[in-house]
Amino acid sequence: MTGTILQIDSVSRVFPGVRGGTPVRALEPTNLQVAENDFITILGPSGCGKSTLLRIVAGLDRPSGGRVLLNGREIKGPGADRGMVFQSYTLFPWLTIAENIAYGLREKGMPKSQRQDIVASYTEKVGLRGFENHYPKQLSGGMQQRTAIARALANDPAILLLDEPFGALDNQTRGLMQELLLGIWERERKTVLFVTHDIEEAIFLASRVVVMSARPGRIKADISVELPHPRHYTMKTTPEFSALKAQLTEEIRHEALEADVAH
Amino acid sequence: MPRPLEPVSQGTRVVLGISFFVLFFAAWAFATLGGFVSRTFLADPITMVQDGWLLLTRFGFMSDIGVTVWRVVGGFVLASVIAVPLGIMMGAYKSFEAFLEPFVSFARYLPASAFVPLLILWAGIGEMQKLLVIFIGSVFQIILMVAVAVGNTRRDLVEAAYTLGSSDRSVVRRVLIPANAPEIAEILRLVLGWAWTYVIVAELIGSSSGIGHMIIDSQALLATGQMIFGIIVIGVIGLISDFLFKALNRSLFPWRLA
Repeated sequence: MTGTILQIDSVSRVFPGVRGGTPVRALEPTNLQVAENDFITILGPSGCGKSTLLRIVAGLDRPSGGRVLLNGREIKGPGADRGMVFQSYTLFPWLTIAENIAYGLREKGMPKSQRQDIVASYTEKVGLRGFENHYPKQLSGGMQQRTAIARALANDPAILLLDEPFGALDNQTRGLMQELLLGIWERERKTVLFVTHDIEEAIFLASRVVVMSARPGRIKADISVELPHPRHYTMKTTPEFSALKAQLTEEIRHEALEADVAH
Repeated sequence: MPRPLEPVSQGTRVVLGISFFVLFFAAWAFATLGGFVSRTFLADPITMVQDGWLLLTRFGFMSDIGVTVWRVVGGFVLASVIAVPLGIMMGAYKSFEAFLEPFVSFARYLPASAFVPLLILWAGIGEMQKLLVIFIGSVFQIILMVAVAVGNTRRDLVEAAYTLGSSDRSVVRRVLIPANAPEIAEILRLVLGWAWTYVIVAELIGSSSGIGHMIIDSQALLATGQMIFGIIVIGVIGLISDFLFKALNRSLFPWRLA
C-alpha cells in the first residue's frame, strides 16, 4: 500500500436549526484515512451524513469542526484537484458533450489542440464516441453520467468523488455503469471515494467499504473487500460476495431501523 | 369536443388562428357598415384601409413608422446595455442585490408615462426625451427580471463548475451567463413589447413625428380610420419584432431545443 492521500480529521457538521429549532447533528466527529489508489465506498442509509462528508471533502460544504487534508494540505474550498460526480445530472446543457468534458481543461488555460487529445481519449474510455457534438439533453441518463465521469477524470484530479452517481439510473444501466467505472479504475488506479446506499454496488466496486450509521452520522464499520480484480458482474453471485453482502445487510438494516425510529 | 390538453395539428392551429381575425373583422364590418355604430366614432374597415393607403402614399406615414421604430429600438437598446450587466451582477452577488434591489423594486413602479412632462422639462421635446421615456420604462424591469433569473441558476451546475476548477469570476462568465442567456433573451423580448406602449405615450405629447403623433393629429380631424390604422400598424410591427426575436433566440440557443 502506498501513502495516505486524504486524511479526514475528526470532521463534524452541525446544521443550524430552522427557525429557532434544535440544530441537526448531521455528522459526528469522523476520522478516515484514504490510501492512494484505493477505491472506498461509503455505505449508509439516507440521512447518515455520507453525502455531507463527501461534500466537505469536495469543499462544497464546510465542516463545523475538524479538517480535511489532501496530500497534507488543508482543504479550504472546492478545487480541480478533487473531481466530483453528482447524483443529479450536472452537465452544462449549453455545451456539447466534448465541450463539457473539456470544461476543466479550458479553466486551466490548456491550448485547444492539447484539449482535443484528452477529450478524445476520455470520450473513448467512457464509450461516447460519435456523441461528441450532441447536447446533454439528447443523451440518456446513463450516457450523461458517463460524460460527467469523463469530465471529472479529464481534469486529472488527485481523487475522484462520486455522490450516488448511479442512483437515478435503472438497474440494468446501473450495473453497466459500475463495470465501466471499475474498468477505468482497474486500468488507471485513480483514488476514488464513492457514496452509495446500495449494498451490492458498495461491495462490487470497493476495495474498502465504510459503513456509516444514521443520525447522528458516524462511521460504524470499516470492512476491506478482498475480492480479486478484474471483477466481472458474475462475481455478484459468488459465495464470497454473498457472505459480505449478508454481513453488510445486517449492519445497514440495524441502522435503517434506528433511523426510522428516530424520524 | 376535444379533450383537455389534447394537442392540435399545425394546420388546424393556423386555420383557427386566422379564423378569429376573420371573425373579428366581420363583426367590425357588420357593426359599422350595417349602420349600428356612428361613423364619427368608428370607421368601417374599408375606410380604414383607404385611409391607411392614403397615409402611406400621400402623407409620408412610412417615415413616421421609421421614426417610431428607431425610438423604440434606441431606447430599448440603451436600457438593455445598462440593465443586463446590472441584473447579472445583482443575481450573482447577494450584497450587490441587497444594495440595489429595494431601490429598483421601487423604481419599477414609477410609471414611465408620468415622467413625460418632467422629461420634456429636462430634455426638451427632441429625440432624447422619447428615448428616455422608453429607457425609464424598460431599464428597471429588465434589471429585476434578469437578477431573478440569474439568482435562480441551478446550484448543482455552479457546484460542478467549482469542482472543475472554476474561479468565482469564471463561474459568472462560464456558468451564470450562458445558463441564463436564453431566459435573458426571453425577458428582452417581453420588455420590448412593453416599450411599444411607452413610445406611443411619449409621442402623444410634444411630438411632431411618429405613429403616436399621427394618431393624435387624426383625433383633431376625427379621422378614426387613420387612428385605427395607426394602432393596427403598431400591432403588426409588434408581431413582426416578436417573431424575429423568437427566431433569433432559436438560432442562438439550439441546445434548448435539442
